[in-house]
Parts: sequence; C-alpha cells; structure tokens
Amino acid sequence: MKKEKHLTRNEQYNVYVEAKIPKTKNFPTLIYAFIVGGIICMIGQGISDALMAIWPSMSQEEASAWMLIVLIFLSSFLTALGVYDRIGVFAGAGSIVPITGFSNSITSPAIEFKKEGIIFGTCVKMFSVAGPVIVCGLVISFLTGLIYLFI
Amino acid sequence: MEIFLTYLKVFAIGGLICMLGQILIIKTKITSSRILVMFVCIGAVLEACGLYEPIVTFAKAGATVPITGFGRSLAKGAIQGVKEMGFLGAFAGGLTATAAGIACAVLFAFVFSLIFSSRTKKF
Repeated sequence: MKKEKHLTRNEQYNVYVEAKIPKTKNFPTLIYAFIVGGIICMIGQGISDALMAIWPSMSQEEASAWMLIVLIFLSSFLTALGVYDRIGVFAGAGSIVPITGFSNSITSPAIEFKKEGIIFGTCVKMFSVAGPVIVCGLVISFLTGLIYLFI
Repeated sequence: MEIFLTYLKVFAIGGLICMLGQILIIKTKITSSRILVMFVCIGAVLEACGLYEPIVTFAKAGATVPITGFGRSLAKGAIQGVKEMGFLGAFAGGLTATAAGIACAVLFAFVFSLIFSSRTKKF
C-alpha cells in the first residue's frame, strides 16, 4: 500500500517535471545549431588563413594546430566571462560540438568548483566532462594503432 | 570567388556536423557530454577507416574544428606513431597528436579559474 502511494507520488513528480522543462522547439534550434556551428568553423578557417598569410613558411598542419589553440583560448575566455553559456542556450549542439565546446566543458566546471579548493575543486572537476572524452578517444586511438600494426 | 566557395564549404560541413548533434539531442535527449564522447569516437573510427580524410580536404576547418576532428587527430596520430615507432607508437601516437589541444585547454581553464570566479547565471 505504502509502496503504491510512493509510486504515484513519483509519477506525479514526473508529470510536474515534464511541465516545468522548457520545451525546445525542434526546428528553430536545428537552424541555430547549423548557423552557430558553421560560423565557429568559419572563424577557425579565417584564423588559419590569416596565420598562413602572416607567416608564409607555416605549413597547413601547423596553422591548423595554432588555429585550434586560438579557438580554445577564445572559448575559454568567453566561458570565463559568462558569454559562451549564453550562446549555448540558443545554439545547443552548435556550441557543444565544435572544439570550443570541449574547451567550454573544461573551463566551466573549473571556475564553478573553485570554491571547493584548487586541488579538489578546480583540478578534479575540470575533467568531469573532458575526462570521458579523452579516455574513450584514447581507447579508440590505441585500438586503431593496434589494427594498423597488424595490417 | 574561390575564397567565398571555400568558406561556404566550411560553413556547410561544420554546420551540418553540429546539426547532427542537435538532432541527436532532440531525438534521444542524451546529455552534452555523451554527444562529445560519441562524436570523438565517430571521428576516430571514420579516420581509421580512411573516410574522414576526404572530408577534411573538402571542407578544411569545417571538419577539423568540430570535435570529430579531435577524434580524427587521435586516430591519425596513432597510425602515424605505429608507422614511426612500431608498437610503442600505438600508445604514444594518439596523445602526441592531440597534446597541444588538451594541454592548452587545461592550461587556459586553470589560469581563468584562478582569475575569474563563478557568477550567478541570469537567463
């Protein structure tokens, strides 16, 4: 009897939560994600082209590495100012999927958990999102290496 | 004109990859960290199969800026490492290729966390 009551309360709560969750309008968010993601990539291409124009001896690979570093710096800075989260609200995946989202996912908890101390706040929480990404990436990278070793 | 076309390609492919992520969010309601993990894995697997390199030559930054490009350099580094160092390269290659990105992301995050403190979010 008691258990049943508990369950109904849970269901009530679920209904309440459903009602409170902001409804994401499907179609506009797709367009926003497309536009914001596209613009971030275009900024990246612009940075890489500018770098190659300034230092002609720079190779494509080098320029693209520097471009990623500049983008990571920019998004880290914007996250610290609180601007990037505001972009994220309407852009959704458009701000998560580019490398700037990866940087945002490191900087954001680092600042958020600063109060819990440098080691157990900043340093531990920094990898709460980026950790799984690096782990999974490394596992696949190692497997790729293994496969190529035996081919 | 050629520059315009290049940037159009970058915009279209980069936007498309982000839109795929958004479709996943809407359809399956998975969290953003899982999207990141999934896209890194997709990028690495595509690169290992040799399917990602044509996209990079076509769209340049449109394919390297999204997180799939991170997975791509992980896989590419491992392949390169194996070619240069043999078995040791399978361990070292992936991180060597992405070391700059990870290091500077961590470094900037640490520096900014020392300078700035969290603010209450107003939306």
